[in-house]
Amino acid sequence: MLSSEQDRAIPLNGQQHEPIVSIRDVRKRYGSLEVLKGVSFDIRRGEVVCIIGPSGSGKSTLIRCINGLSDIQHGSIIVDGIEVRDPRLDVIALRRKVGIVFQQYNLFPHKTVLQNVMLAPRLVLKESKDVVEQRARQLISKVKLDGKENVYPGELSGGQQQRVAIARSLAMRPDIMLFDEVTAALDPETVKEVLATIKELAQDGMTCILVTHEMGFAREVADHIYFTDGGVIVEDGPPSEIFGNARDPRTRRFLSQVL
Amino acid sequence: MTQAETMREARSTSFNLRQAVWIAVIAVSLFLVINVVNNQNHAGSDGSATAVLLRWMPYILEGFGLNLVMSCLAMVLATLFGVPLGIAQQSQSAFVRLPAQAVTHLFRNAPWLVVLFSVMYLIPANGNFLGQHVEIPDWIKATFAFSLPVMGNISEIVRGAIRSIPTGQWESASGLALSRRQTMIHIILPQCVKRSIPSWMNWYALLTLSTPMAAILGVREAVGSAQAAMEAGGGRPDFLIPFYLFLLCLFFLYIYPIARLTKKLERKYAVV
Amino acid sequence: MENAISDFFKELDEKVGLNFNIFYDQYEFSRFLNGAANSLELMFWVISVSIGLGIIGASAQSIGPRWLKNIIGAYVQIFRNTPPMVQLLFFYFGLGNLTPQVDMGGYTEPLISSFTWAVIALGIFGGAYNVEIFRSGIDAVPKQTREACESLCLSKMQTNVHVILPLALRISLPALAANVVSLAKTTSLAYVISVPEMTYVLNQVWSDSMNVPEMILVLFLFYVVVVAAIGAIFTFIEKRTSIPGFGQ
Repeated sequence: MLSSEQDRAIPLNGQQHEPIVSIRDVRKRYGSLEVLKGVSFDIRRGEVVCIIGPSGSGKSTLIRCINGLSDIQHGSIIVDGIEVRDPRLDVIALRRKVGIVFQQYNLFPHKTVLQNVMLAPRLVLKESKDVVEQRARQLISKVKLDGKENVYPGELSGGQQQRVAIARSLAMRPDIMLFDEVTAALDPETVKEVLATIKELAQDGMTCILVTHEMGFAREVADHIYFTDGGVIVEDGPPSEIFGNARDPRTRRFLSQVL
Repeated sequence: MTQAETMREARSTSFNLRQAVWIAVIAVSLFLVINVVNNQNHAGSDGSATAVLLRWMPYILEGFGLNLVMSCLAMVLATLFGVPLGIAQQSQSAFVRLPAQAVTHLFRNAPWLVVLFSVMYLIPANGNFLGQHVEIPDWIKATFAFSLPVMGNISEIVRGAIRSIPTGQWESASGLALSRRQTMIHIILPQCVKRSIPSWMNWYALLTLSTPMAAILGVREAVGSAQAAMEAGGGRPDFLIPFYLFLLCLFFLYIYPIARLTKKLERKYAVV
Repeated sequence: MENAISDFFKELDEKVGLNFNIFYDQYEFSRFLNGAANSLELMFWVISVSIGLGIIGASAQSIGPRWLKNIIGAYVQIFRNTPPMVQLLFFYFGLGNLTPQVDMGGYTEPLISSFTWAVIALGIFGGAYNVEIFRSGIDAVPKQTREACESLCLSKMQTNVHVILPLALRISLPALAANVVSLAKTTSLAYVISVPEMTYVLNQVWSDSMNVPEMILVLFLFYVVVVAAIGAIFTFIEKRTSIPGFGQ
């Protein structure tokens, strides 16, 4: 566990209810297809949020908008004081606050595990090699890949690669982590190890936003769950409410299919 | 990346018609500028380079006709020899397979010019065939020479296509009690045809672009004719750029559409 | 020259009638060596120029402004779709005619030699193919890899230098090897502008000694050996740069 990250992730008194991400009436369309039709919600510091819903409901698009990988045509997303639609947006400042892990890991195949984790802090943060390497080794150990530092991604299992991707994102010391269906491409037996890593991260106090199909995990780890369908949030609430006592028939139908 | 960016990139990576028009415009204007400069330099001499080029154009175009004839004939020969050679490369018998591989290898790796020299010098220009005296014109020999490297490459294309057919096809055919020969003819080869067409066309283009080498050995195709025309027109140095530029344009106008079509088919069959 | 070798070929000539005079006659042997050296040197420069142009062109096409992309696109199409021999003649006779002559004290020599013209013309010709090869290598790097770089705040330049190009070059290697081999063979075309490379030199030998079949055999062998050597070099490079678990 890293003290510096812990310090930053644990909310200070009085800021408890200050949202770190604030999403207001976000709309997005691809050509004539509207994928987000006015989505609004807030995420507090240290909160773990899961977004669930049928495929094609705009979940992935939504979280890709939070770090500016996709742009929005209407509404606003404010991340720790930075507005993503600001024409003078400092996209680097935004992305340094927001780490993202993808479904397909997207590791750099020609770099070892250690090099993958060290690349961005060295090039972007311009930190010294020793400092970065020390932190990288700690992170690799945190995701339980000790001994794999000098191995190439192609030699690792999907679950191991995904944990490297998490360590790589953490090396930039983000305030918020986005997880875009990170277990969807994995073998069932390696899903567990990745979820354990995320769970530990959540317990350390990291703000996490997950798009996921792992309902058991969502129920166990999330502070709040949003159910999306057809580009809108149909229903939201704490896990006990959503899984125990969903109000909307669409939510109930979806849950009955996946559980 | 936004979607707009993706689309822009997709558009710029495919070479479009507008660019082709641009090339034509640039080539023509270059041509004109050079001619104007040339004409000023040679005012008073007998006819501008353009005039000489125009006078000899029918002769050069006739030569270009021979390039086309040679390329088509050579392609037919190359296909007739190359396809069986490619199948032979996949033969189960080493007596068939190894020589086929050796021939393929030899003609794929030798420079066209070297193959051309060997055919020109090693095959007699005339001889007796079934008791009759026959003379083989140079352009026929050149055509045969050009067919050999293409034969080697077609052989390799066929081999690659056969290998790319999933083994399940062989297994299900043998499950239906088809012989190896029957499987090859009725199941495997028909599937190879479509996926080989783009490479086959690509080799036709390369073949056509190689036919000017025949000029080295005195065949009067486009380049040989142009060189003869320059000589006949007085051999002035200001002929060189317009005449060679004209030859480049001539081949470009013929080959570029073929290359475009090849690209299109490549993309179309890549999905299947 | 080794006596055993020259004796063997002399005997071959006297007893069998196969005249490989380049292997027993001192003068012909020096001609042969010269041709081989010129051929190899020509290949080296042509290949280097073409790879340089290929990398510059492909990089410019992937990050340059639109007008530059169009110019490079036109360059590629023009040189891929016209005969290399005519390109060579155009450069040497057409453009060579415009370049100045240098006074060498008593006699003049063109500023650019036929060897240099061959390097320029064939290098540009091969470069047109290499642009396409490197560009498809760049295109083959998944879009998501760029996205990962974006998310990690790497600049466009950093993304290209540290991630995209190293991957693209590795992906391009097999196609590049094929083009380099074909380019090495194409150097024989320099014959048409009298560059004294292998094809030209052996032509002179067989014109002088009338031993065409023997010299053609040597010519075939020379190119087969060169092609094999280039293939071996690329196999070595591919092995050295291969990454466990990537590709294949």
